[in-house]
Amino acid sequence: MEEKKLQVSAIKNGTVIDHVPADHLFMVINILGLHKIDKPITFGTNLESSRLGRKAIIKISDVYFEDEDINRIALVAPEAKLNDIRDYQVVNKRIVEVPDRIVGIAKCGNPKCITNHDNVLPKFEVANKKQVALKCHYCEKITDSEHMEIF
Amino acid sequence: MKNRHLVSINDFSKDDIARILELAAEFEKDPSQQILEGKVIASLFFEPSTRTRLSFESAINRLGGRVIGFTDATSSSVSKGESLKDTIRTVANYSDMIIMRHPIEGSAHLASEVSSVPVVNAGDGANQHPTQTLLDLYSIKKTQGSLDNVNLFLVGDLKYGRTVHSLLMAMSNYENVTFNFISPEELRIPSEYKLFLEKKGIPYYEHRDFDGIIEHADIIYMTRIQRERFSDPMEYEKTKNSYVLRDKMLENAKDNMRVLHPLPRVNEIHEDVDTNAKAYYFTQALNGVFTRQAIISSILGLK
Repeated sequence: MEEKKLQVSAIKNGTVIDHVPADHLFMVINILGLHKIDKPITFGTNLESSRLGRKAIIKISDVYFEDEDINRIALVAPEAKLNDIRDYQVVNKRIVEVPDRIVGIAKCGNPKCITNHDNVLPKFEVANKKQVALKCHYCEKITDSEHMEIF
Repeated sequence: MKNRHLVSINDFSKDDIARILELAAEFEKDPSQQILEGKVIASLFFEPSTRTRLSFESAINRLGGRVIGFTDATSSSVSKGESLKDTIRTVANYSDMIIMRHPIEGSAHLASEVSSVPVVNAGDGANQHPTQTLLDLYSIKKTQGSLDNVNLFLVGDLKYGRTVHSLLMAMSNYENVTFNFISPEELRIPSEYKLFLEKKGIPYYEHRDFDGIIEHADIIYMTRIQRERFSDPMEYEKTKNSYVLRDKMLENAKDNMRVLHPLPRVNEIHEDVDTNAKAYYFTQALNGVFTRQAIISSILGLK
């Protein structure tokens, strides 16, 4: 257990995002805008996980996230777990929840949708939270997780 | 309904729909009234649709309004690369209402978000065509006396036909409605609509042909089967004649039964049906004018 934790070194204060599917790590980085944060960030990827096969872990020093922000990664990392760290101690554990509405993040799967033709931010109602399915605010078509494209 | 957009049939409640149908009946009695005098209505057809455009323009002209606009995208600034948002924002400055037809799905919704005047969707790709649905409802109510207790036969392309999908959603709000779906295997009603009906406890039946069922119908709603919808052209050739309605098939139909079609018709209703008193599709097109008069005047707050 102790050995696993040390695959990515501990942080004093900040946020640890664990159980990110390894192949979605860079999507999570994009969605949370981590490339714009100037605090120390460490990543580990292709780590062994009994649940996910290969997982990634992200540790961001001195940054804490609002639930609203963190739920934006639900589409790509539905099983992610967050730990808020203060002075090396976990002070708060959170799990990601699929929000009712999604703005941006995913592309509408309908090639004839206006969001794929005009410069307009896609918006969705979440039609199914378990097997994520998004109903486009514009063309009303459903995009399921199999056909979901994240940008 | 004043100043509201009409993008999707789901934008109107059952009460809103009842009000539109009442108003349409008033306009049918008195179709030429000068209530739109001084109003300018933009008719933006990003793809040609002569029937729908003329129906709207007739509705507006009979009410004394003026129409500006274009009949296809090549004659507008879209051909110079202007975005839909910019076109709509600009035209909204020139007009009291925008009626738009566009080949891309969701375009009317986007237009409604940027327009300072009400937007009426006259068809956005395969998505919605709510004024067609309202005129279909008006035609059913007028011929059956009510939208309750109707056995509705939907025939032809039930997979891609947006008029069929919108009509199904709208009719599901009424009491004791039964749906019969008659289509080739490849063009069956999508499962999401069957699930929707099942959830609401509304009975439906699927058939591959008309045999022995026409006598149960109150409304037969025909649609065109397009060759390009078939992945296998042989399949099209084999099935196309099974979905053609002929006069002799209507021998045992109920007295109240009427045949509807959103038009244009190609060959799916044989011309020998046209003289049958049960053929209603051309009157249905006329009803479109009254229904659109009702929609425009109610959104502009004139009725």
